[in-house]
Amino acid sequence: MVSGIFAVLLFAIGIYCILATHNLIRVLIGIEILIKGVTLLVIAAGLKSGNLALAQALVITIIVIEVVIMTVAVGVVLGVHRHTGSLDARNIRKLKG
Amino acid sequence: MFLDILILILLAGAALWTVMCRSLLRSAIGLALTSALLTLMIFKMNAPLAAVFELSVCAGLIPVLFISVISLTQAMTKQEVIKHMKSRLARFWGLPLVIIILGILLGLVSARFRAKLPLSEVEVDPRLVLWHLRQLDLLGQIIILFTGVFGVVVLFKERKKSG
Amino acid sequence: MCASLILIPFISVLVLNLPIRGIKRLAFGLAVFLFLLQMAAVLIPDPAFWKINHSFCANIFNFELGADILSKVVLFCIAMVSSVTLFSAPAFIKNSDEKFNFINILLIAVCGMNAVAMARDIFSLYVFLEIVAVSSFILIAFNRDMPGLEGAFKYIVLSGVATVLMIAGIALLVLIAGSTNFSLVHYMLITQNKSLIAGLAVGLFIVALFIKSGLMPFHGWLPDVYTSAPAPASVLLAGIITKVAGVYALVRIMVSMLGFSVSIQSILLFAGAVSVILGALAALTQSDFKRMLSYSSISQVGYIILGLGSGSVLGIAGAAFHIFNHAAFKSLLFINSAAVESRLGSRDIDKMGGLAKQMPLTSLTSVIGSLSCAGIPPLAGFWSKLMIIIALWLVGFKSYAVIAVIGSVLTLAYFLVLQRKVFFGKPSDEFKDIQEAGFSLSLPAIALAILIVVVGVLSPWLLKGFILGFVPVLGG
Repeated sequence: MVSGIFAVLLFAIGIYCILATHNLIRVLIGIEILIKGVTLLVIAAGLKSGNLALAQALVITIIVIEVVIMTVAVGVVLGVHRHTGSLDARNIRKLKG
Repeated sequence: MFLDILILILLAGAALWTVMCRSLLRSAIGLALTSALLTLMIFKMNAPLAAVFELSVCAGLIPVLFISVISLTQAMTKQEVIKHMKSRLARFWGLPLVIIILGILLGLVSARFRAKLPLSEVEVDPRLVLWHLRQLDLLGQIIILFTGVFGVVVLFKERKKSG
Repeated sequence: MCASLILIPFISVLVLNLPIRGIKRLAFGLAVFLFLLQMAAVLIPDPAFWKINHSFCANIFNFELGADILSKVVLFCIAMVSSVTLFSAPAFIKNSDEKFNFINILLIAVCGMNAVAMARDIFSLYVFLEIVAVSSFILIAFNRDMPGLEGAFKYIVLSGVATVLMIAGIALLVLIAGSTNFSLVHYMLITQNKSLIAGLAVGLFIVALFIKSGLMPFHGWLPDVYTSAPAPASVLLAGIITKVAGVYALVRIMVSMLGFSVSIQSILLFAGAVSVILGALAALTQSDFKRMLSYSSISQVGYIILGLGSGSVLGIAGAAFHIFNHAAFKSLLFINSAAVESRLGSRDIDKMGGLAKQMPLTSLTSVIGSLSCAGIPPLAGFWSKLMIIIALWLVGFKSYAVIAVIGSVLTLAYFLVLQRKVFFGKPSDEFKDIQEAGFSLSLPAIALAILIVVVGVLSPWLLKGFILGFVPVLGG
């Protein structure tokens, strides 16, 4: 139960970071913190319902996927930097609308 | 139980620091610290295998990835940094307050809320679960690693024309 | 059989990357062959064929997969749109190394989408959704130009948030049901009382998949991503990737795992209706060819969700048929936009005009695609919209049926605007010596147009069996 509350807090921190920051790397860090929160939630759910083995298997898969996504995301960020010379997310936001 | 809550509070604090601190480099280190604390918590929750993965991959590999990007792209002058700091403060000062209030609220709500859960006591080895029941996920892991390889091949290649 | 649809594309990727001289030249042919094979396999009606489990595979692998008629429709669409994408790629990707990479990533995406279509476990579904997502990030950023990278980054962030919400939902299901298998979770959800946690989990899944399928109010990323992706990638994205990763996943989770309740249905219907109307209205005001098609896509996804929201067999069958129709006409229209873009070098429809003379094939096929999208009989799009509207009316959501009809009129309106501005009207002097698009873009367009007409004409004879096929999908 307590872990659940802290997972929600980590969610809040991550979402706030994604919304408020102006830096592409920090957006990725925000997503990382979201994933940290969800990892905690999965393990806590497994512990609470007596399915810890299943939960561990799920978490291992989640971690592998997380690494691949971050690698690709970093590739995209480097590409943006190559074009604009900065990591400012406001360059990206102009596409909106 | 007290130790658990202490670790969780430290975890949330580390995440806050990661998000709020000025330097990107410290943010990446803060992420590693967050991961390390999470590892400790997962270990305390009796899930050692997942904890090892979290420690080696999330606390080790991903911050290294970020730090290498930061070192490849660092281009701010000192004035820019100072200007940037002020605007950051304006955007982020509310976060700790929000988090503390949210935490208290959730604590109050959850105190009145008791879920009844079906408990199954069978404790099995996670390795067995992964290799026998979740083979499709394993195949998925292999495929996604390959996708990542192609991603690196396509995205990290230097452009021939413009450079 | 089911497992081989995942394993064969993956093994062919592995084989293509072996260090054998000249093997790279086989990539195109092999991919075409695989897609045709998949389309042929789906059309085999014999249920025993789908249960074949080679003893070799059965000894090593233990995959939980299944293929009912809903999965088969999606499997067919995947092969169809992928082969169209493959044919259109050479017009835009000249470098042979890049073409080879493109084919590899396409095969991996197909492999992931096939697995999504057949998965019977919510966590496996998530894993393969991520494979599809990662391969589409790479495809969007494939040219490494600024718009593509921006679109890819946007998609990464949105998709990241959506999948995190989805894992949170999975965690809650593990908490209450102790399993991630569709039928087990379904059983637990029925037998247990409606708890707060179950409701929360359902909400998380719905929000996550609304983001992934680009429904209003979470549609902000979709036009940007479709517009910024390179032309072949946007055919694939609009035609099938977001449909499989968002819409189909939502339909599958609702039908096989969560089940329907009044509150869920009203959320689905409301979001669907809002998307239908606002998507069509937004499409009316666009001046960029691809952006107009993107908003049209949001509107058409709204129809699929309306069909799902009706909760009846007819509605789900209509939704599945509309997924197929959308894959056919939207990839056709994106191919047309690619043809126009490749000749004119611009996507601004205000500057175009009178292209019907210079590009007769593109013009004709785009008329067929637009009319099918607007639901004009006897084209295929008419029948699926009719099924959805009748299903809504029969279940008693009459106001939503009326909204669906109004949306259809709006669809016709924006396509008339598009046709008049691009293909008819006064020819502009700037584009006087434009020629018809090359073979690689007209061939898939003609094939899709013929398919739309043929399916539309044959529908009255085929629909009964098709709809009856969905009874076990909902019942089991």
